[in-house]
Amino acid sequence: MKWRKKYFSACFYLFLSLVPLQENRQFGSKMTDSKYFTTTKKGEIFELKAELNSDKKEKKKEAVKKVIASMTVGKDVSALFPDVVNCMQTDNLELKKLVYLYLMNYAKSQPDMAIMAVNTFVKDCEDPNPLIRALAVRTMGCIRVDKITEYLCEPLRKCLKDEDPYVRKTAAVCVAKLHDINAQLVEDQGFLDTLKDLISDSNPMVVANAVAALSEIAESHPNSNLLDLNPQSINKLLTALNECTEWGQIFILDCLANYTPRDDRESQSICERVTPRLSHANSAVVLSAVKVLMKFMEMLPKDLDYYGTLLKKLAPPLVTLLSAEPELQYVALRNINLIVQKRPEILKHEMKVFFVKYNDPIYVKLEKLDIMIRLASQANIAQVLAELKEYATEVDVDFVRKAVRAIGRCAIKVEQSAERCVSTLLDLIQTKVNYVVQEAIVVIKDIFRKYPNKYESVIATLCENLDSLDEPEARAAMIWIVGEYAERIDNADELLESFLEGFHDESTQVQLQLLTAIVKLFLKKPTETQELVQQVLSLATQDSDNPDLRDRGYIYWRLLSTDPVAAKEVVLAEKPLISEETDLIEPTLLEELICHIGTLASVYHKPPSAFVEGSRGVMHKRLPARTGSGEGTECPDVGNAAGGSAPEAAPSIIPSQGDLLGDLLNLDLPAVLCNILIMSKLNSSLLSPQLGGDIGGSPAMGAGFGAAPTVMPASLNAPVGGGLGDLFDLGGGVGMPMGAYIPPKTVWLPAMKAKGLEISGTFARRAGVIQMELVLTNKAMSVMTDFAIQFNRNSFGLAPAGPLQVLTPLGPNQTIEVSLPLSTVGPVMKMDPLNNLQVAVKNNIDVFYFSCQYPISMLFVEDGKMERQVFLATWKDIPNDNESQFQIQDCHLNSEAASNKLQGSNIFTIAKRTVEGQDMLYMSIKLSNGIWVLAELKVQAGNPNYTISLKCRAPEVSQCVFQCYEAVLKN
Amino acid sequence: MIGGLFIYNHKGEVLISRVYRDDIGRNAVDAFRVNVIHARQQVRSPVTNIARTSFFHVKRSNIWLAAVTKQNVNAAMVFEFLYKMCDVMAAYFGKVSEENIKNNFVLIYELLDEILDFGYPQNSETGALKTFITQQGIKGQTKEEQSQITSQVTGQIGWRREGIKYRRNELFLDVLESVNLLMSPQGQVLSAHVSGRVVMKSYLSGMPECKFGMNDKIVIDKAGKGGVTDEVGKSDLGGGGSTSGKQSIAIDDCTFNQCVRLSKFDSERSISFIPPDGEYELMRYRTTKDIILPFRVIPLVREVGRTKLEVKVVIKSNFKPSLLAQKIEVRIPTPLNTSGVQVICMKGKAKYKASENAIVWKIKRMAGMKESQISAEIELLPTNDKKKWARPPISMNFEVPFAPSGLKVRYLKVFESKLNYSDHDVVKWVRYIGRSGIYETRC
Repeated sequence: MKWRKKYFSACFYLFLSLVPLQENRQFGSKMTDSKYFTTTKKGEIFELKAELNSDKKEKKKEAVKKVIASMTVGKDVSALFPDVVNCMQTDNLELKKLVYLYLMNYAKSQPDMAIMAVNTFVKDCEDPNPLIRALAVRTMGCIRVDKITEYLCEPLRKCLKDEDPYVRKTAAVCVAKLHDINAQLVEDQGFLDTLKDLISDSNPMVVANAVAALSEIAESHPNSNLLDLNPQSINKLLTALNECTEWGQIFILDCLANYTPRDDRESQSICERVTPRLSHANSAVVLSAVKVLMKFMEMLPKDLDYYGTLLKKLAPPLVTLLSAEPELQYVALRNINLIVQKRPEILKHEMKVFFVKYNDPIYVKLEKLDIMIRLASQANIAQVLAELKEYATEVDVDFVRKAVRAIGRCAIKVEQSAERCVSTLLDLIQTKVNYVVQEAIVVIKDIFRKYPNKYESVIATLCENLDSLDEPEARAAMIWIVGEYAERIDNADELLESFLEGFHDESTQVQLQLLTAIVKLFLKKPTETQELVQQVLSLATQDSDNPDLRDRGYIYWRLLSTDPVAAKEVVLAEKPLISEETDLIEPTLLEELICHIGTLASVYHKPPSAFVEGSRGVMHKRLPARTGSGEGTECPDVGNAAGGSAPEAAPSIIPSQGDLLGDLLNLDLPAVLCNILIMSKLNSSLLSPQLGGDIGGSPAMGAGFGAAPTVMPASLNAPVGGGLGDLFDLGGGVGMPMGAYIPPKTVWLPAMKAKGLEISGTFARRAGVIQMELVLTNKAMSVMTDFAIQFNRNSFGLAPAGPLQVLTPLGPNQTIEVSLPLSTVGPVMKMDPLNNLQVAVKNNIDVFYFSCQYPISMLFVEDGKMERQVFLATWKDIPNDNESQFQIQDCHLNSEAASNKLQGSNIFTIAKRTVEGQDMLYMSIKLSNGIWVLAELKVQAGNPNYTISLKCRAPEVSQCVFQCYEAVLKN
Repeated sequence: MIGGLFIYNHKGEVLISRVYRDDIGRNAVDAFRVNVIHARQQVRSPVTNIARTSFFHVKRSNIWLAAVTKQNVNAAMVFEFLYKMCDVMAAYFGKVSEENIKNNFVLIYELLDEILDFGYPQNSETGALKTFITQQGIKGQTKEEQSQITSQVTGQIGWRREGIKYRRNELFLDVLESVNLLMSPQGQVLSAHVSGRVVMKSYLSGMPECKFGMNDKIVIDKAGKGGVTDEVGKSDLGGGGSTSGKQSIAIDDCTFNQCVRLSKFDSERSISFIPPDGEYELMRYRTTKDIILPFRVIPLVREVGRTKLEVKVVIKSNFKPSLLAQKIEVRIPTPLNTSGVQVICMKGKAKYKASENAIVWKIKRMAGMKESQISAEIELLPTNDKKKWARPPISMNFEVPFAPSGLKVRYLKVFESKLNYSDHDVVKWVRYIGRSGIYETRC
């Protein structure tokens, strides 16, 4: 029993000992393959080598099996390469397959030796047995060694035209393999044309594989017309669809979905031929068919009878998908979520099938719940509510929370149900289960927003639970309620005061909300709460280092101190309605995802470019616009209008993604829109203090404020308008060194957005060198290393002049100050606003994006003093249209001091004139890219308001230059 | 497309690893083990994205199957493929278990090479695969045999080979239904549906053309309107034993095996096909209207103070008295803090199973139109837990000899023009079995 000891590891011993020993030879060898999974022994490789070279066929085969088993477990058996390849010349197909398997794994690591195998491959490609021919060409395509691919071309060419369909279908896939290794070779050798010819092959499986291969190759050549879909080729595909395997049907349907029919007639005829697939047993066939139908339906006129028929046909197969295995149910539900958003009418009567079953896996439950909320309507609300109430008592915390939230959403969506929803929520609050209570309070806040002055009677019950709230969102919601209804809550001041004790330990969300609530309280009951409001204002403005909070504090402070009536109008203004639908996917993204039904993109609800590397999938798919075949078209409805305008709308929704990706790809960036998110966040929290930052999420409001043109997100970095400038004054600002103006440091990237890395900084010009001064703080638990920085293209070609010098790893809670010299010779792209800079910072954890704005004064060069004559000539030369005038208010410097101060920032006074008590200063500025800016500054003694006229050949910069004037003069 | 396929045991050890694409490295194997198999929490999604690599995973008993990709693949297809892979393995060597996989790893590699090429699923019908992946080599084949294999694998009728012969032509039809119910404590049906399968075992010679008919409302209404009396309706296959007297049923949706000509069903609603040899699933269907609910459960739960629960459950059978239901099991959940249970039941046996937190009441047989009752007293330990007991629903299992949807097979005609046997010579059997799916009553 020597061999037994050798091969059997402990865990298999028990099983093997049960195998009857007298098993016949052939069966026996099959039953005991597990012996090959053994632990490594010293000298094992040596023994295997001997066995591989044995004369006995059986022994050889056994040895190869052992090698494959070791390979599977992850052991390196590449040392046996020559010995294994020697076994290749055999007529035993099983042994041959094993050797091929080995080759595919190790050929890349031993390219020179792999050449030894070429002859056998070439020979096998000529074998009379089609199975062997196919095996050879299939394996050869998997060996990614350049020298071997060269030899592959001839056999492949023959196999593509082989008489046997099995060989042809294998060869078709092999073209895709070869393309993956060497695309140029495939094009040069003309394989793509041969592959296209295979679409007309008589065998459906050959057609299907050719379609699959071409589709994949076409993905990496977005602009080539490889697939060349036209009515004739579509017809061929539709014919093959009826005859090929289930997998082939998927390839063909997925390919069809990329086609755009010429008119509604063609669209209808394709739909008619695709609908039978909805009855296929394979869910993927069904989903791919749904994709084709959803896409082509866009082109059908809505008054067409067939359109209605098609809508009705779609519901049953979608419901049937829910009786598949749970994993497929999940895929189906994620897709149904999209379909329901795009065409709610399809499933509006099918609410019941989305009811959660007790034994559904959690991922199925959560998805079903999502769809239930989307389908909730007046007709079914009673049932839905009864269900949701059941779910709120289940075990899984996430699920229960979502169920509670769903009840609130129902109340907002269906007015008739609001009362019942509120009472259900109150019942749930009575259970005193902590997370249920918190979740309920968050949604009740939204209900108050939607139906003001209706359910305030429940406030007392809510207040009872004040102490148990420990989550920021719930605390913020409760504070909002107290502030909003301060006049009805007798002890509102006490309640709010109780939160104030631990003010600095609260999260930003709670702090902001508390600030607003107390201001509201003060405006409603000014007499008793003066002390409280002063306390919170000083906490927010003086003791906090959060700029959002400070700014909001200053705004309130100033409002209250200058004009309490105006303050009342602002803070207690009527609030805009909140939207009924939440969590809707943004329409252009939804359209794209509809084009990806059934795929990973539809599961992640993200465009492929967000998770696929390289060029693949970067192409954005769109739904076709409706094009009537002539007469009888109705006026375009909303859906179509969205479809039609999609291409124009796209850039505004995913702005600069392409640029960022294109420019910064070498950093290996995920395409996240962080910078934009940060900007909009700043925007909304600055603009909507009376609303509380958290409500800013609803689409209606987001849109409203996003469009506000006057306020730039940069207002936190560089002082903009007079009002804000004052606020900075109030705060005492930051001590100003003489010389060039350096704005105070601001947080560019908050730690919570960057996995613990906080970046703040400013820009400076020192001795003619522009510097970006960064402060990196590690607020995470782990050490950060490998920092790197890169800029997106920008208006003035700013680029790092050297690498980011963070030499030592940044430990937890450590802060490092770095100054990065910048050059102005980088690539140029006009940004909006002009002085916007998009930055990517990488460390060992991830890549983060943010955008910041630099004061344009950084770009004012030292030799910007123009000759008087030149100045005069230039001033006249520049057309008057390019002149812009600005007012600088509240500036108490005299002209002399102003001139000196400006000179420090390379703004040079060339001449000075005094006319009727007004000082006229003429100044010149030169930007790093050679643009000259001429200025005329009017200073009147005793008048704190200056007038400034700017003239420049590139008038876009005037606004920025003006901002600099203001910043410099006031600091 | 699929970049690689891994099979793991429950400990996370790799049993099979096959990489199809260059973008999938060896580290992907470990990433899945660390992030999914060894993760502490339960699976929150069957698709996991780790470092821009997507893992599709399913679990069969103790075995994990994971398909890996870096592209935007067809997710539904990947899962369908994984299930198919399990079916193929089961058809070759039985249960998908660690032992069986280790014992057949060479075979599995061979199969994976055949049914996935560069990550594209290829023909995966076991009928076809078994003709040339045998583990015994295919040396002895003649040229004709070889080309027959390849034409079958790639052909239009990839699921059946030519030249099958039986002395006795015979077929069996099983109508297997699972009836699902969710009922409120007050007896209101919250949702109910039947998902049914028609499984066929065919032992027929040659390449027979079959036509299957059932009491589908659309077909019968159409025939009725045409004024043609349906002769086949009197076929010997009818009358399975359903209790309902209704003539036709409304089918919400059905899906068919790939052998069925879908375009013909779509246009004429007729089900015609050339069947695979042996056992396979012809169709699946779903109905929601006029379902016969074989049992009604009436729960009564009363909390007596904080430490005692009184439970009374009545079950009523609702079908022809001449029929017998079997394997009846009622599962009554009990709170986690149960300390003791006393049960009295009129029929069958009832036991409190502490490990499952439930009272399990089993009845071997029960005729139609009967009722039976169980009452139990549950003692509870006092707890500080504020959270109320979630009261999971009472679930039921049973088996009845009729189709709760009311479906009836009207005919199955067999035509084989080349061989000399006719429809009348084929011996046909049909059987109806209704089982409980998720059959729950809230309490």
